[in-house]
Amino acid sequence: MSQDMSSFAGTDRYEIVVGLEVHAQMRTQSKIFCGCPTRFGAAANTQICPVCAAFPGVLPVLNREVVNMAIKTGLAIHGQVRLLSEFSRKNYFYPDLPAGYQISQYELPIVEHGHLLITPTADLPPKRIGITRIHIEVDAGKSMHEGIQGASWVDLNRTGTPLMEIVSEPDLRSALEAGEYLKKLRAIVRYLGVCDGNMEEGSFRCDANVSVRLRGESRLGTRCELKNLNSIRNVMRAIDYEAVRQIDLIESGERVIQESRLWNADLNSSRSMRGKEDAHDYRYFPEPDLPPLRISAARIESVAASMPELPDAKATRLQTEYQLSEYDAGVLTASQALADYFEAVARYTAELGHPNPKMAANWVIGELGGRLNKDNLEIQQSPISVQQLGKLVAMIQQGVISGKIAKEIFETLFTDGGDPQHIVEQKGLQQVTDSAAIEEAVEQVLATYPEDVAQYRAGKGKVLGFLVGQIMKATQGKANPALVNQLLRAKLDKRL
Amino acid sequence: MDLSHISLTDAAELLRSRSLSAVELTRHFLNRIETTDPTLNAFITVDAAGALAAAEAADLRLAQGQATPLTGIPLAIKDLFCTQGLRTTCASKMLQHFVPPYESTVTRRLKAAGAVVLGKTNMDEFAMGSSNETSFFGPVRNPWDHDRTPGGSSGGSAAATAAGLCLAAIGTDTGGSIRQPAALTGTTGLKPTYGRVSRYGMIAFASSLDQAGPMTRSVADAATLLQAMAGHDPLDSTSIDAPVPDYQSGLTTSMRGMRIGIPAEYFADGLADSVRRGVEQAMETFRSLGAQCLSLSLPSTAYAIPTYYIIAPAEASSNLARYDGIRFGHRCADPQDLQEMYARSRSEGFGAEVKRRIMLGTYVLSSGYYDAYYRKAQKVRRLIADDFQSAFTQVDLLLTPTTPETAFRIGEKNSDPVQMYLSDIFTINVNLAGLPGLSLPCGFDENNLPVGVQLIGRPLQEATLLAAGHAFQQVTDWHLRRPS
Repeated sequence: MSQDMSSFAGTDRYEIVVGLEVHAQMRTQSKIFCGCPTRFGAAANTQICPVCAAFPGVLPVLNREVVNMAIKTGLAIHGQVRLLSEFSRKNYFYPDLPAGYQISQYELPIVEHGHLLITPTADLPPKRIGITRIHIEVDAGKSMHEGIQGASWVDLNRTGTPLMEIVSEPDLRSALEAGEYLKKLRAIVRYLGVCDGNMEEGSFRCDANVSVRLRGESRLGTRCELKNLNSIRNVMRAIDYEAVRQIDLIESGERVIQESRLWNADLNSSRSMRGKEDAHDYRYFPEPDLPPLRISAARIESVAASMPELPDAKATRLQTEYQLSEYDAGVLTASQALADYFEAVARYTAELGHPNPKMAANWVIGELGGRLNKDNLEIQQSPISVQQLGKLVAMIQQGVISGKIAKEIFETLFTDGGDPQHIVEQKGLQQVTDSAAIEEAVEQVLATYPEDVAQYRAGKGKVLGFLVGQIMKATQGKANPALVNQLLRAKLDKRL
Repeated sequence: MDLSHISLTDAAELLRSRSLSAVELTRHFLNRIETTDPTLNAFITVDAAGALAAAEAADLRLAQGQATPLTGIPLAIKDLFCTQGLRTTCASKMLQHFVPPYESTVTRRLKAAGAVVLGKTNMDEFAMGSSNETSFFGPVRNPWDHDRTPGGSSGGSAAATAAGLCLAAIGTDTGGSIRQPAALTGTTGLKPTYGRVSRYGMIAFASSLDQAGPMTRSVADAATLLQAMAGHDPLDSTSIDAPVPDYQSGLTTSMRGMRIGIPAEYFADGLADSVRRGVEQAMETFRSLGAQCLSLSLPSTAYAIPTYYIIAPAEASSNLARYDGIRFGHRCADPQDLQEMYARSRSEGFGAEVKRRIMLGTYVLSSGYYDAYYRKAQKVRRLIADDFQSAFTQVDLLLTPTTPETAFRIGEKNSDPVQMYLSDIFTINVNLAGLPGLSLPCGFDENNLPVGVQLIGRPLQEATLLAAGHAFQQVTDWHLRRPS
């Protein structure tokens, strides 16, 4: 089977339809139905109690914080929080599911009718992606098979970790849109502090339901569910692969079979897990051990009052408050920590009396962002503090150093640390603003390059750049470029 | 004095006055168990060492004057309450060797009050049965006639109480499992309002119906036990957060002004004459105490059995999924793979009645059948509850027979599950509606087998039931009769 979309003459005739189911582990201190900690990385089966292990006679007690987090998320995605929802049992046998059923929500989920706005392409208006529901459920343990002869092991530490399942409408039309939706959703849960959003470690897991249909067709095609997608990149690759696979089937006169498919990132392909015919009958019924979940309007209001500023609102504010471009505001607000860092730098430059938020944004996104990326670091791990970067930006704004020098200092700060001002002083990197000193360098350069001077005077204006460069070189880059330009032009013009 | 059949109140008084030590009292019952229980089979596990240790601690507490009405009182506990460190089997091969790592709320409260746990009583496997014949540990014999069953599922607790092998016992009631055996053994059994007593640590049969309660030789004893058992438990989200009244001080002797409803549907065909006579006699007694008896109708009564046998097995099929041979309980030998481990462990570990109910429950919850069975049953359950609610706008209590007949022979109904299920026909609706129900001894049949009368009350009106029952027992002596 070909994996190159362009190899199909008729590919453009098809539309891809994607719906995503995200399982977000909630960052509560304790588990959803007992007091055990939600810590990870502990030795197997040490973070458990009789409730986790579903011993005979134990009962679940719902963690209040789980409900608050689900309400928060529901409000953040513009959803309706149900005043009455209920828990149900999803019954199936599996060794890492100790009760033989998962406590979930089925007929009455806690949140319904939400949506997100995504901006897949800068030149098109934002697109609204519906979110059918958010429901609360409990995570299972882990089965381990590798390296064990004739047996499997079960670790129940993860059992009881609270999850939110966030189900989108089939509103996504491309891998790109799916990627943007996930980024947006991840930013929101991170802003809210309800989930760490880490896909690689499985705390933010995504299954994708993918189908294709001819453009203009209103009915949905047969869908396949893609599993084991542990990064946004894998989600996007798997969707593209699946779309081509389905189009290929249809084009060759075959039918798409509804099934779950397991993505293999190493092979860049998927394989069938199980068909519909041997699908589980989960025998859902209302959980008799938990009364219906009633949420008062007052509780929702109090949760709403505790909500932080969310990405969209923050981006709008950054544009108006700091005159940033929509693009820069979007990049900065992708993570709350990044936006916080930027705002702190911008504020610090103002405190130092030399505000320039746009320049601050450029440095945070450009230099710092690039450098952190290179070392695979998050903004929280930045070796350069807000004060260091703020001082650096203020010094440029003040005219103490040039942008070029600032980049050198930046690298020193990143690798060795220190105070930008001290580094400038120690290394004698202050910008030369003394016109006499610059004038001397100008004279010298004009004397060294008489031919270029002649060319300039003959009307070849672009030689000016070369001459400026030579002067900057002569002053080891410390000369104030504006002053250099001004003096050079004066000299050249004077001699005419 | 015959210690075997004294009341809780008298025993407590003897202990408080130091004319009897808790250790002596405990030894007495341990000896009774040793001589009598090989015949009755009321106990699955007798914890002599644990009981004597608890009795010693109770004596110390009595000596220090810090006793509660239960300090030093030897009790028998149905073998589905998890007792930390003491085997808890649910009368199943599946849990034959299961030793819980934690304590149920009911036993924790009783122990905290100073009660002495003599041991764990026999029952129908996973509380599924009405005759105690489904126990992996063999049937319990009715102390009134050893060829007959004591009823079930709390048959061991009932038999031990009736035969004086303990001062009182704790049972559980999902469809009649306290009241039916109480009626069949001439004891007093109270099923409290659903949620009045915590279910934490009670091995679940049907979660929306299960409720623990006392099985005693008098209403006064039941009041004392309920006092210690009842109350909100943060570990059980379905337990009711309402104050617990003082049951003992509510025990009166007058029934003046009390309106008792007699539902016609409970006196239809199939009710044994001896039972009808006993219950009608009880009605007369209540009238003589000043109560007013009114005839009324509970039209949904007929749907009790089918509704119950959809909801209870549905919940059971899910509750019993945890017995998979992985973390506790029976695991088959040398399974070849996971599927075989599940299939054989469960096939070997569960008995026939448990399997029947798991299959029933799995079926009614299956895709395509859910609406026709489970959802419909829930609607009927609501109608049944509405019937009671509307009856309680006219009367304070309902009076019915507890069972259609007196104790039946061991083996008599074994081959016909529906016949067996029908023995709970008068008790099941009380569970479906979540109401409190009390069974009192009210006579004997021609074979000298006890007859029981059931009083049903409004939600959380245990005090009213106990007051009525106590008034009845002040003018009758059925509860004082003993098997020979």
